[in-house]
Amino acid sequence: MPLSAKGLVISNQQVGRDLWEMEFLAPGMAAESKPGQFVHIRVGDDHDPLLRRPLSLYDVDQNLGSITLLYKIAGRGTNLLSKFEADQLLDVMGPLGRGFTLVEGRRVILVGGGVGIAPLLFLARELQVRQNEVTVLYGGSSSDEMCSLDRFVNLGAGIMAATLDGSAGFRGLVTDMMKKSIDPLSIDYFYTCGPEPMMAAVAEYAVQYGLAGEVSLEEYMACGVGACLGCARKLKASDNAYVKICKDGPVFPMDAVELR
Amino acid sequence: MTKEAKQVLVDMSVNLGGMKMQNPIAVASGTFGYGREYQDFVDISRIGAVIVKGTTLEERYGNLAPRIYETPAGMLNAIGLENPGIDVFLNDYLPSLSQDGVNVVANIAGNTVDEYALLSRKIDKHPGIAGIELNISCPNVKQGGMQFGTDPELVKQVVQAVKSETKLPVIPKLSPNVTDIVSIAKAARDGGADALSMINTLMGMAVDIERKRPVLGNIFGGLSGPAIKPVALRMIYQVYKEVDLPILGGGGIVNTRDALEFILVGASAVSIGTGNFVNPAIAEEIAQGLENYVIEQGLKGINELVGAAVL
Ligand SMILES: Cc1cc2nc3c(=O)[nH]c(=O)nc-3n(C[C@H](O)[C@H](O)[C@H](O)COP(=O)(O)OP(=O)(O)OC[C@H]3O[C@@H](n4cnc5c(N)ncnc54)[C@H](O)[C@@H]3O)c2cc1C
Ligand SMILES: Cc1cc2nc3c(=O)[nH]c(=O)nc-3n(C[C@H](O)[C@H](O)[C@H](O)COP(=O)(O)O)c2cc1C
Ligand code: FES
Repeated sequence: MPLSAKGLVISNQQVGRDLWEMEFLAPGMAAESKPGQFVHIRVGDDHDPLLRRPLSLYDVDQNLGSITLLYKIAGRGTNLLSKFEADQLLDVMGPLGRGFTLVEGRRVILVGGGVGIAPLLFLARELQVRQNEVTVLYGGSSSDEMCSLDRFVNLGAGIMAATLDGSAGFRGLVTDMMKKSIDPLSIDYFYTCGPEPMMAAVAEYAVQYGLAGEVSLEEYMACGVGACLGCARKLKASDNAYVKICKDGPVFPMDAVELR
Repeated sequence: MTKEAKQVLVDMSVNLGGMKMQNPIAVASGTFGYGREYQDFVDISRIGAVIVKGTTLEERYGNLAPRIYETPAGMLNAIGLENPGIDVFLNDYLPSLSQDGVNVVANIAGNTVDEYALLSRKIDKHPGIAGIELNISCPNVKQGGMQFGTDPELVKQVVQAVKSETKLPVIPKLSPNVTDIVSIAKAARDGGADALSMINTLMGMAVDIERKRPVLGNIFGGLSGPAIKPVALRMIYQVYKEVDLPILGGGGIVNTRDALEFILVGASAVSIGTGNFVNPAIAEEIAQGLENYVIEQGLKGINELVGAAVL
């Protein structure tokens, strides 16, 4: 059951260019959290910005009762979030939305682009627990804009990075790295989050080899709980009805979505 | 005297044109879904009335994305009345909400006067609804919206047609997108309205300078939130002075102080819309805040404050 809580900030630090990591205590929320879900955060008491900001669960420590976020400074809201200090209280709703399906005993590929890597760490952790063979492909424009790979390495997941400028790992698109270095016959399932053209390339690759997977989508949100119908999107152009990204998603089966 | 003993003495209940509310707080149409979306965050039984999403005769899919955009101290929305249609609402959505014992107010929008009448007839036959809000002010649909709310003659016709179909309190929701709000309010009164709801959103737009395009899929949208509060207060003040009907006032309420301002300019009850997105427990909190205020001021009830600031 989702709830509304005041999370106690444990730490909030910069981990890359415009990239921050915040950990807060919210035991009730942490206990309910599943990979792919998100929290909805009020970044200040003022009327501007007025609305909450949705952020993915980057990691959850169920023993400690903490939730960690990885966020990119994109505007006023995320900038205000970066000003929070330890011991301050964070107004947060969550966990919200439908997360990823957790497969068991399979060979899975997780493809993250930019800050789209955020939901994939918690996902990798839960997939590792379920005896999956996990490989994470992480793409960014430059290594100084990316989070450390250590957290993935520490989980025992395989991880490969791709950067457009070649500052770390493969030089080029993460999806080109995927095509070059992954044997499709050795994969059972895909998970992806990031810019839509990247997710589209992953989905196209998966379909080509008859493989299934899941994507995580974004839309502007107001309520975050399915009440305002603001985050609507047609999954396919031929669909009549819209889905609510906040409630029906943000995670959807790859074959249900036409990416743009 | 203890605080508990004092609390029983103050009367927070209001009568909105025949609809009895335990307190003056309503949640506004389109911002609270069908109630269940918020049940994990707020005690719905503590809300004076839940006004559900605008409902039409047939299912509507709504407008193209993006449908919402944040603006300074507010937001634009162009949902386009996405809803499952009146029959699905009454049969599938209503039962789980009305079992909480809360006042459920339907909000209806038609393409024609006859459609408003037909919608009201269906609602009247169905148990579980405490009142009907007439959406004659939606800026986001081609038909069945604002066109009805900006012409006094049409306002009167719609209200009359609905009144002849139902004994439930009928509450037209007025559009602020008019030059003379008082003449619209009078037309609603002449049609037989039991109360007035005001205001709906103000029509606006946002522009994306990178793409050189309007931001919203629908181009125009309705502005809501704290940014519109001064406009709402002004209109309620004007109507309160001229028209003798109870007013459900709203537009930008996000705290107890805001709610008090609306009551002081003549609102008998208040509706909270965008505020729910900011703080999902806001309706309950403001209900309590108003009660505390009435106690602090040594009043007998909330009704004593209605219109107190109107000169
Ligand atoms: C389910 C979900 C999970 C998300 N998870 C993360 C995450 O883990 N880490 C992270 O850094 N970001 C995440 N985002 C995106 C994040 O919500 C936006 O970057 C943030 O709201 C921007 O707020 P701002 O006030 O800083 O920027 P604004 O000034 O509001 O906007 C700056 C830019 O961000 C874009 N933007 C604003 N709101 C959204 C939104 N709701 N969705 C997409 N783009 C938006 C605008 O188009 C604009 O270009 C997520 C979005 C969704 C919907
Ligand atoms: C996302 C959204 C959807 C809305 N949908 C409806 C609707 O279906 N019918 C209606 O009469 N008003 C609708 N409204 C208007 C609100 O009920 C309310 O009148 C308006 O937002 C002003 O109040 P506020 O500033 O407290 O939000 C909607 C408003 C928003 C923000
Ligand atoms: S954000 Fe309100 S329905 Fe999704």
